[in-house]
Amino acid sequence: MTRYLLRRLLIAVPSLLGISLVLFTVLALAPGDPFGELASNPNVPPEVAAALRAKFGFDDPVWLRYLRWLVAMLHGDWGFSFVSRVDVDRLIWQRLPVTLIVIGSSQILALVIALPVGVFSATRPYSLFDQIANTLAFIGFSLPTFFTGILFILVFSIYLHWLPFVFRGDLGITGWRWYWEEFRQAAMPVAVLGLFQGASWTRYVRSAVLDVIRLDYVTTARAKGIAEFAVVTKHVVRNALIPVVTLVALSMPLVFGGAIVTEQIFRVPGIGSLLISSILANDTPVIMAVTFVFACLVILFNLTADILYGWLDPRIAYR
Amino acid sequence: MAGSTLASPTADAAPLGSASRARYVSPARDTWRRFRRHRLAVAGLAVLILMMVAVALGPLVWRVPINDIDFNAQLAGPSWAHPLGTDDLGQDVLARMLYGGRISLAVGLAAMLVAVVVGTIVGALAGISRGSVDTALMWLTDLFLSLPQLPLLLLLIYLFRDPLKQLVGPELGVFLLIVVVIGGFRWMQVARLVRAQFLSLREKEFVEAARALGATKWRQVVRHILPNSLGPVIVAGTVDVAAAIIAESTLSFLGLGFPPDIPTWGRILFDAKDTLDIAPHWALFAGAAIFLAVLSINFVGDGLRDALDPRKVM
Repeated sequence: MTRYLLRRLLIAVPSLLGISLVLFTVLALAPGDPFGELASNPNVPPEVAAALRAKFGFDDPVWLRYLRWLVAMLHGDWGFSFVSRVDVDRLIWQRLPVTLIVIGSSQILALVIALPVGVFSATRPYSLFDQIANTLAFIGFSLPTFFTGILFILVFSIYLHWLPFVFRGDLGITGWRWYWEEFRQAAMPVAVLGLFQGASWTRYVRSAVLDVIRLDYVTTARAKGIAEFAVVTKHVVRNALIPVVTLVALSMPLVFGGAIVTEQIFRVPGIGSLLISSILANDTPVIMAVTFVFACLVILFNLTADILYGWLDPRIAYR
Repeated sequence: MAGSTLASPTADAAPLGSASRARYVSPARDTWRRFRRHRLAVAGLAVLILMMVAVALGPLVWRVPINDIDFNAQLAGPSWAHPLGTDDLGQDVLARMLYGGRISLAVGLAAMLVAVVVGTIVGALAGISRGSVDTALMWLTDLFLSLPQLPLLLLLIYLFRDPLKQLVGPELGVFLLIVVVIGGFRWMQVARLVRAQFLSLREKEFVEAARALGATKWRQVVRHILPNSLGPVIVAGTVDVAAAIIAESTLSFLGLGFPPDIPTWGRILFDAKDTLDIAPHWALFAGAAIFLAVLSINFVGDGLRDALDPRKVM
């Protein structure tokens, strides 16, 4: 298992390099100097600008600039925010936990919905429950997250006054009330993301379980007299989860997209809303760093998927 | 079932020959016959056609200008003069939605075309050539699949929006940029599907027959393999239209898509979200339009998947 993990980690390095290359290419191809905000400012005299250009190495060959940028990124030296006047890595470490909590709990919610519903409808295909679940799943992943967010605000905040629609980073209270208020303000963003993911995962789970449940070994398990519940949970679901994990890992970039939108709607102070605000404020170092963090998160989740494979199907780990 | 062949010529071969010619069903007709059984897909198709007709002909019938500012009718609810109400400047929401729908649907279709063309070319190249080309192209596909799409979309639009605006004008510039960028992030699924189809089809007897008859590689691909691998591509392309519409609305909703004078559905939602408490109709109609379009396209895609899946016997 350790060797398998190490190998997967080594495979992740080229993709990280590839992503950093893509990011840097975008930056290099972009017209003008996105990093040259200071250098192209008309209030800065040309000599100073030239000195700055030389200092930051804008006139060096592209590969050298890429190497320098990569080394700086790896050292955690992500530059200085033009707008907030603090180091970018500090800004990101402040914002990252909120994003991870919101995304993490929404994924758990999605799993809690998708697994039972998907398995239950696959064990009774084309029943009334299956048809209703299928239609609801279709509606669920056809509703864009930004529209669901607005609908939730309209219903739960404006008409019912149940939940606050602005997420506050610092609530100023302690103890149990803090947990309760955190829960209340996180409920809508988590639900928006979780329901969207849950809807598409339900369909993955259903079709994967349908593929497995007809196989001979399931019939064998039933013939041995194992209870239906045990057959489904121990023999069917574990094997059906393998393709589901693939699809879930592949849809991770989409999840982060949804997270950016939700953070923007509910004003969650995470890295998604940091990205939007820095784009609107032309704060290039922050934009680059946040995009890079998102890329790292995607790769991290792909790694997690690989570890899950090894656990679900030991044959993969020993190959 | 149409297309089945008898193992050996039998006594009633002659009448069968004439009868089978009369019963010949073209692939398109056969697909339609299967598609019709999916009731929700047919409903989706009907809604979709209705929406397309509405945005194509609607502005000719509903002749209220989209930028007619009327401060006496700010944020008014639905009425006879304004069936879908007005926005914060008293502009008619129906007229704006009909106009914006054109752009939203056009972006969806154009981005799908970009994705399908790029995906088919990459997938076909990878599928027909073995070895290093295949490996390199598939590595590229996997790399693109693991890119964080929305952040990169936002980054690209942020970096390239102004230069393109100066180059080809604000409307066309943003349209081209959004279409190319959205399409450029959605071709991977198509490429994988096409490659998988190519890998199995290129070993089939009919391709071998074409090869034996001396068909060039180009002819084998274009005349024999590609037409037979189109089924999954059509399904993926349909779903891509929905995804592209969502992507464009997302960009506009974040304020980074089309400029405010081009009211796409996402842009209307972006403008409407700040007055949600006093004028919910403004946001609801635009959101419902996106939702309805995406839902119908997804149902049509599901129906096509059922209809084009050769494993499924109906």
